[in-house]
Amino acid sequence: MKHNQPVYTDNDPQSELVTLNLGPTHPATHGVFQNVLQLDGERIVSGVSTIGYIHRAFEKIAEHRPFYQITPLTDRLNYCSSPINNMGWHMTVEKLLNISIPKRVDYLRVIIMELARIADHIICNTIIAQDTGATTTFLYLFQFREHIYEIYEEVCGARLTTNIGRIGGLERDFNEIAFAKINKFLKEFPVALKEFESLLNRNRIFIDRTAGVAEVSQENALSFGWTGPLLRATGVDYDVRTSEPYSSYQDFDFEIPVGTSGDIYDRYLVRNEEMWQSVRIIEQAMEKIKAEPSGIFHAEVPEFYLPGKEEVYNNMEALIYHFKIVMGEIDAPKAEVYHAVEGGNGELGFYLINDGGRTPYRLHFRRPSFINYSMFAKMSEGMLLSDAIINMSSMNIIAGELDA
Amino acid sequence: MAKATNTELIDLLGQKFGEQLFDVTEPYGLLTFSTTPDQLIEVLTFLKDNGQVNFNFLTDITAVHYPEKNQIAVVYHLHSMVSGIRLRLKVFLPENEPNIPTASMLWNAANWMERETYDFFGVKFEGHPDLRRILNMDELGVFPMLRQYPLEDPNRVDKKDEYFGR
Repeated sequence: MKHNQPVYTDNDPQSELVTLNLGPTHPATHGVFQNVLQLDGERIVSGVSTIGYIHRAFEKIAEHRPFYQITPLTDRLNYCSSPINNMGWHMTVEKLLNISIPKRVDYLRVIIMELARIADHIICNTIIAQDTGATTTFLYLFQFREHIYEIYEEVCGARLTTNIGRIGGLERDFNEIAFAKINKFLKEFPVALKEFESLLNRNRIFIDRTAGVAEVSQENALSFGWTGPLLRATGVDYDVRTSEPYSSYQDFDFEIPVGTSGDIYDRYLVRNEEMWQSVRIIEQAMEKIKAEPSGIFHAEVPEFYLPGKEEVYNNMEALIYHFKIVMGEIDAPKAEVYHAVEGGNGELGFYLINDGGRTPYRLHFRRPSFINYSMFAKMSEGMLLSDAIINMSSMNIIAGELDA
Repeated sequence: MAKATNTELIDLLGQKFGEQLFDVTEPYGLLTFSTTPDQLIEVLTFLKDNGQVNFNFLTDITAVHYPEKNQIAVVYHLHSMVSGIRLRLKVFLPENEPNIPTASMLWNAANWMERETYDFFGVKFEGHPDLRRILNMDELGVFPMLRQYPLEDPNRVDKKDEYFGR
């Protein structure tokens, strides 16, 4: 079925258009999104996206917070993969301060970031299945997000808004339970993912609902600034992890899956394959850590790395550094830096201008959800309403990242 | 294609635009330069369509307010995925009349990025097809990221810089 054939326009005397307010709180959109759609029967004639319902002025707040207090703000951008945001922010500051990070810390971070990517993709792919009517798959795979959250808990104590890590490393080493949980996850998750794939990949109903729907050309995707799995589904092999490796991603052997047509089915397949690649990366990282000296979880930069509480209470130096860091009194170069990481949805960029004050002079987040979403209303034109719903699920727009 | 270097890029742009590009720096390896609003579209079009550099991807548009200079800088981040290089382009505008041509006919992504920049800084992108507020409410009346608008109660004194030796 052709989904982009011309439809009746407003001035056609035969048309009886209906205006549908999809959102801002519609259960099918999985978040706070409003789209005012003109419908001709079940077909969308035109749409206007209204966003900003959970705008929290993070960029303004960031101008009034020392570096450490900005990490919790980044949690709340893409809250499905907060650790990637946290690490991305820490790496931006480390780039500004020219801190070099020990390999073991890089690998520990990679483990956490890839777990976050899996959690993010689990959400998106199971929701696509859910929206096409396959509740089983959603229930099978979604428990593994819970297992990932348990690993976060072991590493940082939090689950959703993790605030994981510190500038210069991690706040604590992974304990034995964390490693045991990761190993357990690596053993159990591939089995479940395989089952998930066997339920959906060749499923007639699922393919009918997704294949050929919302196809996007490479030119269009690039012009609209798409990044991440959405761009890769169109066939462009752009991934920040390989094009500008950060956190020692160059040490890992993994592949960047790409699709061909950019339709919903391709996006689903790309995300699934990325989960397999993430599992591969985590396995490699677990091996690599064994070769590194144990017990190292941060760089030796006492003037930037927030010391542990027991040190602060017992050690004069640590107390001084603690005070200076918390009050934003660290000596950071007056410079501007752009650092990008591969978030769950695409290139997550941090543009930081530091003027030597307590707080950033300006901090801008390049939020992939915001930029990816700008095509949605235009894409929906000529599409069936139920296809537009799956299209939105497959774009994995996270309201927190969309609205900042 | 092999990765391009900043030096090659500087040479190429220098030959083409000469003095129209200025303040060339390379903070943390990212080539940064400024141009004028009149030259902007010509520069962006050249960067996008030139086969040698091919900056096919618009990463980001944002703005920075410098109240002591009475200026607003609009900052473009471009990325050439083909030659694996990024650059940053700045255009400084007067604070009281921040007008700049739109880049939305070059990249569709510029549409929302420019709307966001307008929403927060009041930068008017001339020729933009739909320059409305995007994240804030339509009745807001001010452009909240300008530095004269405080985040918190301005009478609060415990966070003033003077208490920290500045």
